[in-house]
Amino acid sequence: MSDDYPPNRRRTFLTASAGALAGLALAPGVRLVELSSARAPEEAASAKNRWGMLVDTSKCADGCSACVSACAKENALQSHGRPRSDAQWIRKVELKDKQSGRTFAAPVLCQHCAQPPCVDVCPTGASFRRADGIVLVDRHICIGCRYCMMACPYKARSFVHEETTGQNPDVPRGKGCVEGCTFCVHRVDRGQTPACVEACAKDGGGALVFGDLNDPASAIAQRLASQPSAAIRADLKLGTAVRYQGI
Amino acid sequence: MSKRHRCGAVRIAAAALFAAAGLIPLGAGPAAAADPGRTPRPTISIEKKGECVAPVDEMRRNHMLMLQHDRDTTVHQGIRKVRASLKGCVDCHAGSKTGSVIASKDDFCASCHAYAGVKLDCFGCHAASPKNAPALQGRDGPSNADLLASMLRGRGGEQADKGTSKP
Repeated sequence: MSDDYPPNRRRTFLTASAGALAGLALAPGVRLVELSSARAPEEAASAKNRWGMLVDTSKCADGCSACVSACAKENALQSHGRPRSDAQWIRKVELKDKQSGRTFAAPVLCQHCAQPPCVDVCPTGASFRRADGIVLVDRHICIGCRYCMMACPYKARSFVHEETTGQNPDVPRGKGCVEGCTFCVHRVDRGQTPACVEACAKDGGGALVFGDLNDPASAIAQRLASQPSAAIRADLKLGTAVRYQGI
Repeated sequence: MSKRHRCGAVRIAAAALFAAAGLIPLGAGPAAAADPGRTPRPTISIEKKGECVAPVDEMRRNHMLMLQHDRDTTVHQGIRKVRASLKGCVDCHAGSKTGSVIASKDDFCASCHAYAGVKLDCFGCHAASPKNAPALQGRDGPSNADLLASMLRGRGGEQADKGTSKP
């Protein structure tokens, strides 16, 4: 039926040889696989980058909420005095090992999954994964049905119940849409790190590392390659971009 | 004068009156913006001199399509350097008094949209002031959506009142 099966060994060999020769013929400094680099403002996000975060819980002090307040400030999240329904993009979670009694805290935010359940269930296509792995909500398309909030195992999304005021021009947000951590995509596009990471380094314990998982030279990739870390709810196999140490 | 002739004279007088009424706003020209008279006009004040991203005619007709196209480019592809960005509109066109494009009925976006009766819901989510404008500092002020709604209601109410008060 098909010419390709059984595999044509001769053709495979020739293709591979041609590829190897082409690789040899490349000028010095030109790579077949481009290394990730900073993006120009007119360039689209691409799969060359995969943004991720590493949380070192041993450095995340109990009672410190520098990341949470920095997030609220950067993204102009307002509290209406109703914590159960206020928008929450990042939160501190206290954890306790029942056997040993050890307690520790860690920030939980959108895990920017490689296979995000919120994107799977979204009926309008408003939840989407950008080429560089950042999971976002297009509020122009969101109808506020909140399926994504139910689908997310990390409780990372919030619904905006009230009129919003004082938005950051870079972070539009309004009533009737679901939203969540964007990894401060407006800052990442400018080559900066998210506000929480910056605040943690400045006012907190420096527990957060942000960077490009695809760049072997980045601090985060090197730490992940050399030190143990884990995804939360790793059993779901979602390919999270946020990893934790010491949990 | 016969009855027939009288009717003709009345008709001519009426026609002249209507023609004059019709000519007043046209003849008034730019002054109509300041004093709307019987025909309300949008007050379009462009404080920042310089080129817009496209000629005025094209902007008036197509700004919404340009914004819609480029919003998708930015949100989905992350391309920040686009021709038509709402942030760019606000940065240039925010009024110097209010620091906003919709805070008062004379502000750039609000004046035309109220005049045309076209609902403008960009600013339910987007900031209507540039980043460091004084208007942005007051977080407790009314929301952009409220401002615009009240303004549209106010403008509609005025017209309705004028309509009923005619003899």
